[in-house]
Amino acid sequence: MAGPLQRRRERERLERLARDFAVNAPNSATAGTGAEPEAQATYSTAYQAGMREEMIRDATIFVLGTDLYDRGGHFSQVKGLGPEFGADRVRDTPISEAAMVAAGVGAAMNGTRPVVDLNFIDFSYGAMDELVNQAAKVRYMWNRPVPLVVRATAGVAQGGAQHNNSLQSWFMGTPGLAVVFPSRPWDVKGLLKSALRGHDPVVFLMHKLLTGARGPVGGEDDVVPIGSARIVRPGRDVTLATYGYGVVLAEKAAAAVSGEGIDVEVIDLRTLAPLDVDTVAASVRRTGRALVLDEAPAVAGPAAEIAAAISDAAFWYLDQPVTRLTGRHSPIPHSPALIAGLLPDEAATVDALRRLARASGPEVAAS
Amino acid sequence: MTATSTTLPLPDVASADLREWLSTMVLVRTFEEAADGLALRGKIPGGMHPAIGQEAVAVGAARALRSGDIVTGTHRSHHHALAKGMSPAGVLAELYGKAGGSNGGRGGSMHLADFDLGLWGSNGIVGGGLGIALGAALGAEVLGSEQISLGFFGDGGANTGRVWEFTNLAAIWSLPLVIVCENNLYAVETISERVTGGGDITARAAGFGLPAHQIDGQDVVAVHRAVRDAAEQARSGGGPTFLEVRTYRYKGHDSGQVIRYRTEDEVQRWRTSRDPIENFTARLTDAGVLTADEMSTIVEQARRMVDAAVAFAEESPWPDPCSAAENVSAWNASPGTSR
Ligand SMILES: Cc1ncc(C[n+]2csc(CCOP(=O)(O)OP(=O)(O)O)c2C)c(N)n1
Repeated sequence: MAGPLQRRRERERLERLARDFAVNAPNSATAGTGAEPEAQATYSTAYQAGMREEMIRDATIFVLGTDLYDRGGHFSQVKGLGPEFGADRVRDTPISEAAMVAAGVGAAMNGTRPVVDLNFIDFSYGAMDELVNQAAKVRYMWNRPVPLVVRATAGVAQGGAQHNNSLQSWFMGTPGLAVVFPSRPWDVKGLLKSALRGHDPVVFLMHKLLTGARGPVGGEDDVVPIGSARIVRPGRDVTLATYGYGVVLAEKAAAAVSGEGIDVEVIDLRTLAPLDVDTVAASVRRTGRALVLDEAPAVAGPAAEIAAAISDAAFWYLDQPVTRLTGRHSPIPHSPALIAGLLPDEAATVDALRRLARASGPEVAAS
Repeated sequence: MTATSTTLPLPDVASADLREWLSTMVLVRTFEEAADGLALRGKIPGGMHPAIGQEAVAVGAARALRSGDIVTGTHRSHHHALAKGMSPAGVLAELYGKAGGSNGGRGGSMHLADFDLGLWGSNGIVGGGLGIALGAALGAEVLGSEQISLGFFGDGGANTGRVWEFTNLAAIWSLPLVIVCENNLYAVETISERVTGGGDITARAAGFGLPAHQIDGQDVVAVHRAVRDAAEQARSGGGPTFLEVRTYRYKGHDSGQVIRYRTEDEVQRWRTSRDPIENFTARLTDAGVLTADEMSTIVEQARRMVDAAVAFAEESPWPDPCSAAENVSAWNASPGTSR
């Protein structure tokens, strides 16, 4: 039993997380408008809740991976579902990533809906063939659906060079895979529902630093379409397109520069493949300036694709070249001091926004 | 581990069925000889891998399964596809890359599939097909169906890590899977016994705690019996079986390959004393199940079917290039924005 002191510490810890990571409530246009406050959850419990609701709705959904039944996965992402649904629906596997994904691919082709939980996306390298050569190509080669979800935690946190790979660009570059990367509990649950109701493989990435982020979650049928971006904060001067933990930085930076008269429109892409270019381009046509914020390395990373898509779709509306603020082309080191040297942070985002908003003519924003 | 001799009695199978096995083997051989020639004439984009000499493996295995059961193949899979019932015309047009191909020209030789027939794809990735069979077996178990699956891979595949990950998972979860190593002694130009640690694939498999047997792959009856037993065990909840089926390919790894890694003598020895079609023909004839007339009919029918397949493939139109990027993923067509 937790004593009063532990309970208070836990409450304080959660409040701290909420302060650090809180993401805005859904846009008022579509948010629950009743007097009832919307249900709150963390990023991780939103995933659990989404899995539970969908597992109840569809008996063919099951999850497999290491350390799931008791431990609930390394991020408690399926905590409690093991005892609740039994060992056939929350299946513990040996550490055999190729076998896990292969089992998921074949089972999906056979009419079930497996979720393969890799815990860390870095481990997908051991199953790259099963994901990229098999899952992603089955519909194309054979017109057979593969309703497979491969969930993993992604994004840079602690853990060194082999637990912090930004693999989203690899999967974005794979025809046949959808790649989602939610930034808040609402989208975790809503995108999971889309993934589990679709017919094609989805790589479902969740940022480690957002694990405890709190926010409202939708009900059983609040489905977030894959391929739909969200305007987090409307603005007139600069479009800031980002995803995952970038949304947290973007909101803070946008708030910081708003006092200087820079009105930033923040867009959470939510899905990297397919990209919602329409929403981003429409925004850039209004603002004339675009910053793409991404912690993945710059070279051939998601930001490169997003920047190119903006140039293609809104070039004549741009007052400045599209600016990219990204991670450096480097593996991730151990020391927090070194990590800080590689990744965009709030200050760098503020700086990039200021330069971009004030630049005019040939005076190039990024230097 | 058991080595099975070629002197087993004929199985308790209707004579007409035994003749059908033979005709399918003859069809495969005729098809493969023709396809090999067509590949050499540049008719088959990218070339292809003939399985001439390995007919008994495919037919013995496919006839030991029910029609709803699943088979996944390797990059060398025309024999698996034809044994599972794909039409020679559809297969050959697919090899040509024509619209009339079984997969509309999308797949080709290494990606033949017909899900209605239970052929869940030949696979261009060594060992990859076994993974799909493993997953299909898991799916069948989750759905509580009676379906089982059989995954082929080669002796080359036996040195990939994934094959053993799959075998382990099938073993610990007791999945309804028949794991078949089609050991034709060579992986491209590599003599498998020189690169296989411990030298014995069956012994390796036995280490995973599942029944593992070595089978004479030139004997369709031996293959049939082994797969039938394994299938029965899988279907009744007894879990997977590993079969190493020893066979031999007469041709090079792919059509037109210049062979320096084995002697012509060796090939002749297999061809003259161990040919699966000749041996089975002799046994059926000896047992009074097959007459010389019936045999000529079988050969003629096969030739006619393959001639028709060639005509079909030649005449079939090319697929529409505008459709080349279609049907990649339903998400590509997913709606724009929401909240
Ligand atoms: C993962 C992978 N590595 C390499 C290849 C290239 N390759 C194609 S077939 C083959 C040899 C396979 O030998 P085996 O498994 O014994 O099958 P066989 O050709 O004898 O039927 C190789 C190396 C491949 N297709 N896939």
